[in-house]
Amino acid sequence: MNKKRTELIVSALRSGTVIDHIPSDKTFQVVNMLNLEETESQVYFGTNLYSDKYISKGIIKVSDTFFDEGEINKIALVAPTATLIEIEDYDIIKKHRVQTPETVEKIVKCFNPKCVTNHQHIPTRFKVIEDHKGNMKLSCHFCEKTMSKEDIRFI
Amino acid sequence: MNLKNRSLISITDYSKEEILHILDLAEGFEKDQRQQILNKYVVASLFFEPSTRTRLSFESAVQYLGGSIVGFASADTSSVKKGESLKDTILTVSNYSDLIVMRNPLDGSARYASEVSPVPIINAGDGANQHPTQCLLDLYSIRKTQGALENIDIVMVGDLKYGRTVHSLVQALSLFGASFHFVSPESLKMPSSVKTWIKNAKLEYYQYTDLSEAIPKADILYMTRVQGERFPDPLEYEKVKNAYILENSMLDKAKDNMKVLHPLPRVNEIKEDVDHNPKAYYFQQAKNGVYVRQALIAAILGLK
Repeated sequence: MNKKRTELIVSALRSGTVIDHIPSDKTFQVVNMLNLEETESQVYFGTNLYSDKYISKGIIKVSDTFFDEGEINKIALVAPTATLIEIEDYDIIKKHRVQTPETVEKIVKCFNPKCVTNHQHIPTRFKVIEDHKGNMKLSCHFCEKTMSKEDIRFI
Repeated sequence: MNLKNRSLISITDYSKEEILHILDLAEGFEKDQRQQILNKYVVASLFFEPSTRTRLSFESAVQYLGGSIVGFASADTSSVKKGESLKDTILTVSNYSDLIVMRNPLDGSARYASEVSPVPIINAGDGANQHPTQCLLDLYSIRKTQGALENIDIVMVGDLKYGRTVHSLVQALSLFGASFHFVSPESLKMPSSVKTWIKNAKLEYYQYTDLSEAIPKADILYMTRVQGERFPDPLEYEKVKNAYILENSMLDKAKDNMKVLHPLPRVNEIKEDVDHNPKAYYFQQAKNGVYVRQALIAAILGLK
């Protein structure tokens, strides 16, 4: 695996969004979170690619698509290191790291088996908080239980 | 102060001033309990799981105020048994009442109900999550016996891990600058989230495994039952269920002003010989629940 090989695998985008620096083992999860199997745009993705910053990375390119900020930021739950690059006519018009969202709605299951959201048809809702060590946690709006990153399961 | 039409789901929904307002109103109902201000009002009492004190004290609060009660005392006698959703039950019952008092075994059910209901909801216990009216009656009992809520030393004993009443009481007393003393077996210690709450309020807590060591420190000795139904593993419950038993002789070293509180029901944790000690306050505490619930209903319906 070397840098030249990476460039050959993933071709340039004329217009659209590149999601770079995804941890390799999270690439498929990000594809699912963004519902990319439903899109009609061209999607390229690679995983286990060489990275200067990380041991290996994943990358996703979606042509002619620009994501809503609220929608894209949810990937920070699994890929906080990911970078977003928006491209128009082969030029980078915007580049930034994903931001951890303040709230997470509908996509995560509450880990508390007795939470009302696991028994009735209710969209889940969490506040994103940090514990005293700076670790990200999700606090359920309904049952008020707090779960760690390891407990997160997507619906 | 306007609590009209506001649901009460968690004690943290109320500010310090709002809590004190309810306690002041409750004092008025203790002096004059039979104020007929709820004529023409209907309160729904929806108990999806059994309760003695909470249900009966809410129902008696409504009746002392001259109001009417509709509802059920178990899910078996409602359409829930036919598979009706919580949302549909709440929307239906809100057509028949001005206020809904609800107990439900699912954590978070009360918050959800308050978001779909056009009438206010009072949470009478949602699973292992919150029980704010118990917290208010505990605060009322503490203020009544100690003269004030500020800077008291409270010793909490028993199941501090799963016991929802102790968690809410810590949150509420933190507003008034208490010192906390926790007595529990190793496996039932106060969760770190509650300890963080105390640290953030810049207050102190102390942990013990020996009850006798903590008793002399107490203004309030808050005993709790180890609740078998909250344990995932029955064997773990057997190991700790009788960890702390309060006997009358253990109160010899207590301060003069000290009172023993317990949210009830008790099983073995307070011997009956304590009942005759003037420091035993748990039955009076249960009686205070009626005044506090009268105050809450009157405030939420905008009648006080």
